[in-house]
Amino acid sequence: MSLVSALLGGIVIGLSAALLHIVLGRIAGISGIVGSLLHGSRMQAQSWRVAFVVGLVLGGAVWIRLLSSHFAAPVGSTATIAIAGLLVGFGSRLGSGCTSGHGVCGLARFSIRSIVATTCFVFTGVATVALS
Amino acid sequence: MGIVISFLAGTLFATGLALSGMTQPSKVIGFLDVLGSWDPSLLFVLGGATSTMMLMYRWARDLDRPIMADQFYRPGNLRVDSKLLVGSAIFGIGWGLAGLCPGPALASLPSFNPKILLFITTMALGMFVHFVVMHRPKLSS
Repeated sequence: MSLVSALLGGIVIGLSAALLHIVLGRIAGISGIVGSLLHGSRMQAQSWRVAFVVGLVLGGAVWIRLLSSHFAAPVGSTATIAIAGLLVGFGSRLGSGCTSGHGVCGLARFSIRSIVATTCFVFTGVATVALS
Repeated sequence: MGIVISFLAGTLFATGLALSGMTQPSKVIGFLDVLGSWDPSLLFVLGGATSTMMLMYRWARDLDRPIMADQFYRPGNLRVDSKLLVGSAIFGIGWGLAGLCPGPALASLPSFNPKILLFITTMALGMFVHFVVMHRPKLSS
């Protein structure tokens, strides 16, 4: 069951990214969308990003009620989580993408940069879990 | 109208994350724990998402432009450089420490769990630090 819902969830994530690309020509890279919002440039150009993030958060609010067993908090200490957030924020911007931008959108179009980036972050992720 | 599509894409993205289990940090850590008790389910999430996107890209190849925009915005930088390598490596360490990446963290925001809120706050801070360090000199020159 877990593998079926994993596959189904993956397909829905793909459909979301496909919708954004086919209709608006944009890449569904969450770190890029959120990071660009923090630049605070012209509001007109940012509106699609604001709408996407609002949809993501409100969608989450609905699913937290419908499927609460699929939501959990991270288990690390406060310090660990704070550092993890900093690394995820800084690293995803320096590397121009995260799991969605490189891992889904980039791999699907066989981007060399995304293949390298995904290999990199999976490798350091595996190493981090192995060492902690 | 574009805003509505983008909002719908956001809700769809949250739906996919919730169904797939990406919003459970323990599952993400289980996936990265290849040397321990490995949980392969995230491979199915990635497989489902990328194969759907591959089909979409084949369809998009026949389009001159997106349905509601002037152009396809595709990343212009094609070079593998040190920023890509170092940034991705740093991102992976954070991902492994918390079991969270930006999408699932934001979809989990309405749980108002203190650790989720802390993660989102420091993630935004990390992004802002990157902006200040990397972009400010370029903007002023």
